Amino acid sequence: MMNFPLINPLKQPVNILLVGVGGQGTILASNILAELGLRLGLDVKQAEIHGMSQRGGSVVSHLRWGEKVFSPIIPPGEADILLAFEKLEAARFSDHLRPGGIALINDHSINPMTVSAGLVEYPDHAQIQGILNHVTGHIYWINGLKIAEELGNTRTANVVLLGALSSLMTIDPTDWATVIQARLSAKVIEINLKAFQTGRQALRN
Amino acid sequence: MKRLLSGNEAFARGSWEAGVTVASGYPGTPSTEITETFAKFPGVYAEWAPNEKVALDTAIGAAYAGQRAFCTMKHVGLNVAADALFAAAMTGVEGGLVIVSADDPGMHSSQNEQDNRQYARFARIPCLDPADSQEAHDFALVAYNISEQFDTPVLFRMTTRVCHTTSPVEVNEQRLQPRPTIKFPRNPPKYVMMPANARKRHVIIETRIQELAQFAEAFSGNQVEMRSRELGIITGGIAYQYAREVFPDASVLKLGMVYPLPVKLIRRFAEQVEKLIVLEELDPFIEDQVRLMGIELYKPLDAAISYPNTKTIFPVTGELNPAIVRLSAEKANLLPPASQKASMSQTALDLPARPPVLCPGCPHRGTFYVLHKLGLPINGDIGCYTLGITPPLNAIDTCGCMGEGIGVAHGAAIAGDQERHIAVIGDSTFFHTGIPALMNVAYNKSNVITIIMDNRVTGMTGHQENPGTGRTLQQKETTEVNIEQLVRALGIEKVRTVEAYDVDTIEKTLKEWLKTEEPAVLITQEECALLPSARQRWMPLAVTDKCNGCTVCFRIGCPAILKSDELDPKYNRPLAKIDPLLCTGCEICAQVCPRDAILFRNQIKPIAQEPVFSE
Repeated sequence: MMNFPLINPLKQPVNILLVGVGGQGTILASNILAELGLRLGLDVKQAEIHGMSQRGGSVVSHLRWGEKVFSPIIPPGEADILLAFEKLEAARFSDHLRPGGIALINDHSINPMTVSAGLVEYPDHAQIQGILNHVTGHIYWINGLKIAEELGNTRTANVVLLGALSSLMTIDPTDWATVIQARLSAKVIEINLKAFQTGRQALRN
Repeated sequence: MKRLLSGNEAFARGSWEAGVTVASGYPGTPSTEITETFAKFPGVYAEWAPNEKVALDTAIGAAYAGQRAFCTMKHVGLNVAADALFAAAMTGVEGGLVIVSADDPGMHSSQNEQDNRQYARFARIPCLDPADSQEAHDFALVAYNISEQFDTPVLFRMTTRVCHTTSPVEVNEQRLQPRPTIKFPRNPPKYVMMPANARKRHVIIETRIQELAQFAEAFSGNQVEMRSRELGIITGGIAYQYAREVFPDASVLKLGMVYPLPVKLIRRFAEQVEKLIVLEELDPFIEDQVRLMGIELYKPLDAAISYPNTKTIFPVTGELNPAIVRLSAEKANLLPPASQKASMSQTALDLPARPPVLCPGCPHRGTFYVLHKLGLPINGDIGCYTLGITPPLNAIDTCGCMGEGIGVAHGAAIAGDQERHIAVIGDSTFFHTGIPALMNVAYNKSNVITIIMDNRVTGMTGHQENPGTGRTLQQKETTEVNIEQLVRALGIEKVRTVEAYDVDTIEKTLKEWLKTEEPAVLITQEECALLPSARQRWMPLAVTDKCNGCTVCFRIGCPAILKSDELDPKYNRPLAKIDPLLCTGCEICAQVCPRDAILFRNQIKPIAQEPVFSE
C-alpha cells in the first residue's frame, strides 16, 4: 500500500508535526518520539505550546530528529510527516507539510465550539481530503479510536497512531517498545504494546 | 549520559547542581515547571508565593542570609516584582541570586510580549539568555557564580521556545555543597537603602556594570563561530537557532550574556566580516547597543533607520521562526529570493477556528451565563475566567493584567459611570493583587460588586497550590485562607459564598444587590472540574424527548452540548444532545433548560466513566 521508501531517521533529518485537540494524548505521543530519537543516538528537539484552555483547544507539537537540530519549530512547508489526531486539525496544519510529505490522520472529528454552537459547519471528509491533496498524495487514514475501543481501552488511541507511524519507518520495533515501556506506568504497558502492534499492522492491511 | 529535558527542567536541574537551597515563584506560562521541577529535588525548599514581588523578596532574603536562591515568573510578573528587583540591584547579595523571567514572544498565553532584557539594562544587572536546554542548565551553574563574584542579582531571561522545548542535556550527577549558613549581615550601608546609603550604592553599581562588561569579553557563553566572512551575525537566545538554520554558512557571534555586551569582542567580530547584522527576537536590544558603539550594521539599500523602531531587517513584533527570518533576509537582499515553494500559502483556508474555551463542567460557566443576561460592564482578570469573553457568553469587557479588574471597576464607579460595575477575579489572582484593590473599594466606598470565582486552585497554569488550598507546593498541610472572612476583615459587609453551580442563587443574589448601593462581594465556590477529586464525580447527563430545540442550553457555551441532526417536528429546529465523553454532569444546562428536558444527576442511573485520553 505504501508507494514510497520507508523513512530512515539515521540517514535523513525527520520533521514530524503532531496536531490534535487538548486531552487526546498528543503530547505524550510526542514525548515518546523524542525519547525514541535520543535512543537512536540522534539530536532531538520537541517543542509545544501549552497554556490557555486545558481541554478543547488546538494542540501542536513539533518533533525534529537529525544529526544536529537547530530551530525547535518546523516552518510551514517543511514537515516530513503530519501526524494528526483529529481531522480538522489535519486540514488546519496541512500547510506545514512539505509537498509530497506524509499525512497520517486519525479518522476522528471533535467539534470546536464554533461548530457545536452552530456558527460554522465542520468540513466534510471530502473537503478535508481535498485540502490535503493540495499538498500531497500520501494520505493515510486510520481509525485509532475505534481500534483502541476494540482493544478495550480508548485511551490507547494515541499509541495506535504511533504504531501506524512506525510502519512508515525503518526503526526496529523493539526500540519503539522500549521507549513506550519506559514512558508508561506498569499497569497499562501491556495494552499499549498491543495497541502499538495493532496500529503497526493497520496500514499494511 | 544525556537525558531529555525542557529548558525549564534544565534550569531547575542546573540550579540544584549549583547548590541552590531556596526557590520561590508565582506560576505563569511559560515559567511554571521550573519551580515545580526544583521542588522535587532532595535537600531544597521551594514555594509558591502569593505574587511575584513576594516571591522575589523571599529569594532576596534567602540570598542575604547567604544561601543560593532563585525566583521564577513569567515576563509580566517581573513588572509586579520590579520594585524588589531594583532594590536588590542596589544592595547586591551574599549568596547567589538568579531571577528567571520567562518571556512569551508571540503571546501564546500572555497579554503582551514585552522584552525583559530591557530590565537588565534598566536595573544595571547582567542578563543571560540561553539558546537551548543544555545552555539553560550550564548557564544556571555559571549564573550563581557571577552573582556572587560581582555582588549582583542575575537576570536569567528565557523565552517560550526555550522553556518548552525538550532537547538532550548532559547533566552532572554531583551537586555542589550548598553554602554554609552565615550570621545574617548587619551591614546597613549596603543593605539599608535610605538616601545617604543609596547614593553611595548607585556609584558602586555603575562601576559594577562596567566590570561585568569586562567580564563579558572572556565569558565562555559569548562565542565566535567563524565560517564564511561574507556575512556575520550577532545573535543570542533562541534567535541563534534560527540564524544557524537559515544562514548555515554565516559567521556567528553568539551572545549568551546579552547585557552588558562585550564591546571589544563585538568590534573584533565586526572587523572580520564584510556584512554585519543583528538577529534577535522582539526589541532591537543588542542592535541599538551595537549602533551606540559606533559599529556599522548592514542595512538594505532602501531602508532608513526609523526612530524609534530601529530594526531594519527583522520584525520588532511577534515570535521569530525560520520562515520569517528567511523571508526578512530575502527582502533585505541577504538571501536570494526563494523558489515558489515558500509562497505556496494555503488556498485561504476557511476552516472553523478552535479557540480556547471554558472546559466542560467549568464552575465559572454559570456565573458568566448570569452576567451575560444582566448586561452590566464586567471588568475581568487574568486566569481561566478571562475565557468568559468567548461567545456565546461574551461576558468580559476589560482585562489587562492581574488584579486589575477590581481597581478598574472602582475607578469607573467613582468617575460617575452610570452603570453598575462588576469585577470578576479568581482565588489565586485575588491573593495575588486583588486584596489591596478590594480594600480600596471598601475604604473609599464605591458600589463595585466583586465576584471572586474560587475554584480552589490556580487553574490555568495547570493546578498549582495557593494560599487558599491548604497545601504547599511541596505538599505540606498548611493554613487555608478563608476568603469570606478575609473579605469581611477588609471592611466589606455584604458578602455571600454560594456554590458556583447554583445558577439560580447567583442570579437572585446579584439582582438583589443591584437594588442597593453598597460594595458587595459574591464568592462562587466549586473546585475546578479537572482536579482529580472532581473527576471522580464526573457523570454525563442526557437530553430527553421533552427537548424542542429552543437553544437556551446552547447559550451557556458548553463544549459538551451539541446540536443534533434530529429536528424538532413542530419548530423544525435542531434538538440538543450531550456528548457523554465531554459532559461532567455539572447540571448548569439542566438548570437553565426551560422545559426540564435535561436530566439531573439524581435522575440518571450512574455508569462508570473514564476520560477518553490522558496526557
